[in-house]
Amino acid sequence: MKLSDLPALNVAELRELLRAREVSGREAVEALRDRIAETDPQIGAYLSLEVEDALKEAETVDLDLPLGGVPIALKDIISVADQPSTCASKILRNYRATYDATVVEKLKSAGAIVFGKTNMDEFAMGSSTENSSVKPTRNPWDLSRVPGGSSGGSAAAVAADEAFAALGTDTGGSVRQPAALSGVVGLKPSYGRVSRFGLVAFASSLDQAGPLTKTVRDAALILKLIAGPDARDSTCRKESVPDYTADLDRDLRGIRLGVPKEYMIDGIDPQVRAAVSAAIAHFESLGVEIVEVSLPHTEYAVATYYMIASAEASANLARFDGVRYGHRAENPRDLLDLYGRTREEGFGPEVKRRVILGTYVLSAGYYDEYYNRAQKVRKLIRQDFVAAFAKVDALISPTTPEVAFRFGARLADPLRMYLADVFTIAANLAGICGISVPCGFAKTDEGTELPIGMQLLGKPFDEARILQIAHGYEQSTPWHRKRPPLTRKLQDSSSNIQT
Amino acid sequence: MPEPREIDVAHVARLARLNLTAEEIELFQKQLERVLEYAEKLREPDTSRVDDDIDRETIFDILREDEPRDWFTAKEALSNAPRQANDLFVVPKVVE
Repeated sequence: MKLSDLPALNVAELRELLRAREVSGREAVEALRDRIAETDPQIGAYLSLEVEDALKEAETVDLDLPLGGVPIALKDIISVADQPSTCASKILRNYRATYDATVVEKLKSAGAIVFGKTNMDEFAMGSSTENSSVKPTRNPWDLSRVPGGSSGGSAAAVAADEAFAALGTDTGGSVRQPAALSGVVGLKPSYGRVSRFGLVAFASSLDQAGPLTKTVRDAALILKLIAGPDARDSTCRKESVPDYTADLDRDLRGIRLGVPKEYMIDGIDPQVRAAVSAAIAHFESLGVEIVEVSLPHTEYAVATYYMIASAEASANLARFDGVRYGHRAENPRDLLDLYGRTREEGFGPEVKRRVILGTYVLSAGYYDEYYNRAQKVRKLIRQDFVAAFAKVDALISPTTPEVAFRFGARLADPLRMYLADVFTIAANLAGICGISVPCGFAKTDEGTELPIGMQLLGKPFDEARILQIAHGYEQSTPWHRKRPPLTRKLQDSSSNIQT
Repeated sequence: MPEPREIDVAHVARLARLNLTAEEIELFQKQLERVLEYAEKLREPDTSRVDDDIDRETIFDILREDEPRDWFTAKEALSNAPRQANDLFVVPKVVE
């Protein structure tokens, strides 16, 4: 196999070659480095690469470990000791983490080579990666469109074969939504399944780290290695971690899949609706029983989320005050001047907006009206899912109402941007797990094709079930084998782009 | 009870220790009024039977074993300090 063919492999395939000693760890890193040099000037998925460190690790890593020698990219919100962790924010431009996040520790001890930090919306606030203070990331399927967000760099890197797999974080859809818009698999684990230690906190009751991968099997493989208890995160649960890959190939016959009627609403792009309807029909042909269910409080999820997530963000981001790390304003008159100007200079517009909103909903006189009310509605949303999961094993919906949008299309209208997360947000509020899987393509007026994602939602700590359902679908449909035109052009410039 | 949506961005910005330009104040005022207007939806559902308790389902395993372990050193903690001296963070004078 030529070195230049390696980046197109998924994690499971690369692992086989590494174990058989047909490829060395060094070659895997070098192949990725070359691919990134070739395509990332167009895509802009990475914020930093530590190639020399990766090559050094690749020399000594035990290739027989579960991820021995496999390079994994990380969203720049995940701390890696001695590497930049900027959250794509000016306030952390020169910050280098002093310790490894638990997920990084776990990946390293499984033999993975932590390779490169990916672009994101600043502090994970956004749905398009346009809120990065560094640069935009382009969608590999159509360079005039966004890759989704906030883990847009991770999604684009995997889609463009600039990463074998990546980690992102998902607070309201930030793994699943970019996965859908960029045509890859994205998994948000249940709250408490994966340690949050070492992730820069955005909304602590909602954040979870999860994999973005080329296949469902790779997502199962990585989840198994990053999940599990952690004494450094009191919200991380002690439940044992099953082998998520063990039951992937089990027959789907007899599984009950719920279709929430509130999720198949007007306003969904007709091509997205058609693709998800076709996926539902496909599941029926695989012996899955389809049941209509109701999640009656769905329409309140976005408002609930923006009250709670902004409140938690305003508290979490109070730590960026110019005292202990990050940017500090020059020549402060006094401490208040230091805080006020440091934060003015360091934060971008969306972060400022959410800090203001969060401070407001927590302030005296408004706390009950907004924050407390949102917490109550959050419980109603959670109860909706408990009731639905009493009838079905999992739920299916579109991941997003629309396919990838153009740069600038929503920046002026924050509320419209927030509504892009309408189908993903409830899972974070309820603490359940969810996965986005490619389920077709939409044709644009300009003749390009854009990926469509469907979402499967599962009970808390029932990741094994949604992975099994997603894998059964993926392996009996062609979508995951299709690569973006960027990749095809570079691999075989003579082939026509056909559907 | 204050009327909802009467957000005063300039005032909240002071509470948040976040300086804003006049343009930002004007822009955020408009945008956040719209967001808060949307949040009025939260008055619709009947929450009278939802209790006020802390959400027990999101809080697990709070106590860990009380055992000593390695943590980062003062030198590491100071490694990103904008200004430091004598193993301490330097800040503007706080007390006269």
